[in-house]
Amino acid sequence: MNDMSPDSYVTPDGRTIGGVVMEMKNITLRFGGVVAIKDISFDIREGEIRAIIGPNGAGKSSMLNVISGFYVPQEGEVWFRGSKRPQMKPYEVAGQGIARTFQNIALFDGMSVLDNIMTGRLTKMKTGLASQALWFGRAEREEIEHREQVEKIIDFLEIQNIRKTPVGRLPYGLKKRVELARALAAEPKLLLLDEPMAGMNVEEKEDMSRFILDVNDEFGTTIALIEHDMGVVMDLSDRVVVMDYGKKIGDGTPDEVRGNQAVIDAYLGVAHD
Amino acid sequence: MLYREAGDFKTSYRDDSQTFPIRFDRTAYYVLIAVALVIVPFVINDYWLNAVLLPFLIYAIAALGLNVLVGYAGQVSLGTGGFMAVGAYACYKLMTSFPDVNIFFHIILAGAVTALVGLLFGLPSLRIKGFYLAVATLAAQFFLVWLFNRVPWFYNYSASGQINAPERSVFGMKVTGPETEAWATYLFCLVFVFLSAWVVRNLTRGATGRKWMAIRDMDIAAEIIGVNPLRAKLSAFAVSSFFVGVAGALFFSVYLGAVEVGEAFGIQKSFLVLFMIIIGGLGSIFGSFAGAAFMVLMPVLLKNTLVGGLGWATDLAAHLEFMIVGGLILFFLIVEPHGLAALWRTVKEKLRLWPFPH
Repeated sequence: MNDMSPDSYVTPDGRTIGGVVMEMKNITLRFGGVVAIKDISFDIREGEIRAIIGPNGAGKSSMLNVISGFYVPQEGEVWFRGSKRPQMKPYEVAGQGIARTFQNIALFDGMSVLDNIMTGRLTKMKTGLASQALWFGRAEREEIEHREQVEKIIDFLEIQNIRKTPVGRLPYGLKKRVELARALAAEPKLLLLDEPMAGMNVEEKEDMSRFILDVNDEFGTTIALIEHDMGVVMDLSDRVVVMDYGKKIGDGTPDEVRGNQAVIDAYLGVAHD
Repeated sequence: MLYREAGDFKTSYRDDSQTFPIRFDRTAYYVLIAVALVIVPFVINDYWLNAVLLPFLIYAIAALGLNVLVGYAGQVSLGTGGFMAVGAYACYKLMTSFPDVNIFFHIILAGAVTALVGLLFGLPSLRIKGFYLAVATLAAQFFLVWLFNRVPWFYNYSASGQINAPERSVFGMKVTGPETEAWATYLFCLVFVFLSAWVVRNLTRGATGRKWMAIRDMDIAAEIIGVNPLRAKLSAFAVSSFFVGVAGALFFSVYLGAVEVGEAFGIQKSFLVLFMIIIGGLGSIFGSFAGAAFMVLMPVLLKNTLVGGLGWATDLAAHLEFMIVGGLILFFLIVEPHGLAALWRTVKEKLRLWPFPH
């Protein structure tokens, strides 16, 4: 999507936001009688940082799960890069260039940091079982090629010293960073972050915010994130979707959302009279 | 002092990801291969061959195979005995149907047949996990043994219901049948062990191994980064069954020579190989060898010390042997639940810093 749509614009800090990459049209998701998401539409533009916020149980994670293919909505359409997406398995969605991290870290504990990040490149590794069994030749060349890419990400996220450490031994903050590295290794067109800063102290949050901004800036990756820390959301994101009880109650720039009466009511409560 | 990484700088990713990154390990590995290839064949005798070396080598292949499935891909299987039987009977049918083809290819083909059967019995793994999958593979164990007992075609309608390995040779040396040389059968099995370990190492160090381990550690996350769970699980079942089949074929043709299926490939064989990889270490190639060595050598060692060394009655020794082996298994699992391979890793980590504590 390098063709600039007529409605692309430049942000105050000089980044170019392109046309629509992903569009959710009238998504409704039900679990039996419970309506998790009710008729929500929004779009994500190329190169922007899009935040999804809302009180607990608003349906934010469900929305992310719809995008990454875990949940199939009963109604509505998902449009990705200009075409309607048919029903897909999560691994097919990954093949399309959508990567994500999880709220409660989902790393492979039995593997080293390096191996974990290398799994991010699995969709790009093409040698078959037979040539991998022989190793020397194609499989080894491919492995080294991808290792080079992964090392760039390791440098970028400053985790060189823990490369060979088993993931299970790492502290929480570093695990979050390794998970981000694994998602980045896939060179995603759209990166979904589910509460990347949950449970972190201020310093770790600052580090993570810097990495998110750097990823967006240097690789031009489109990012959609869920976050509860309002300070972080307002500072990082270009546009914000606000959800409450499965419905969309606000959509716009951080400043617009901040002044939205429905959003204020959802967060602070309304007086009953 | 010799066991150091310091000063041994890796300047390419190729060097960095080699199997033995420490020079001492590399040397030890080459020395071991040289001893196994050059020295052992000259000193080997029938007792060592049949009591220790052949069972160790063949079980090592079976353990490698099962470790792919259980240790790397995290799918529990209790069907190893049944799959070894498939390898054995496939080998027998191939040997008797195509007597002109070299037995080396028969054994490889027997592995391929077992891979197909494994693929079939791996299908339930797409829906069920853990203990339930173990029960499903148990069904494979009983069904396959029943099949080879009941369908006469598999044992060529022989009156005894047994299968007997006809005489076959490789490069003019007999490797099956009653008149074999110890060194020839030893080398024949050693070649298979070496190839199996090499292929398993190659598969587990690269993309395939990462897919398996990703499925093992967290299947949801594996799917989200693009691993097709169907293909990952089934490939693990196929690869695992291939090696288990090769082990079964060798067990029948080279080691036993004559097989009655319920006796040679019953459920106890499944448990034996499973114990090997649990004691040796799940998800470790060294562990497969260590576990096979432990389970094969321990009884022999005990028998020799109790009967030969202390002069006890054979039957008393045989019963005590069971108890001691059982006790040792418990002991090792309590000391190191992740098996001998983890113990070995700890020793190596300590050695690397020795004589300094940290």
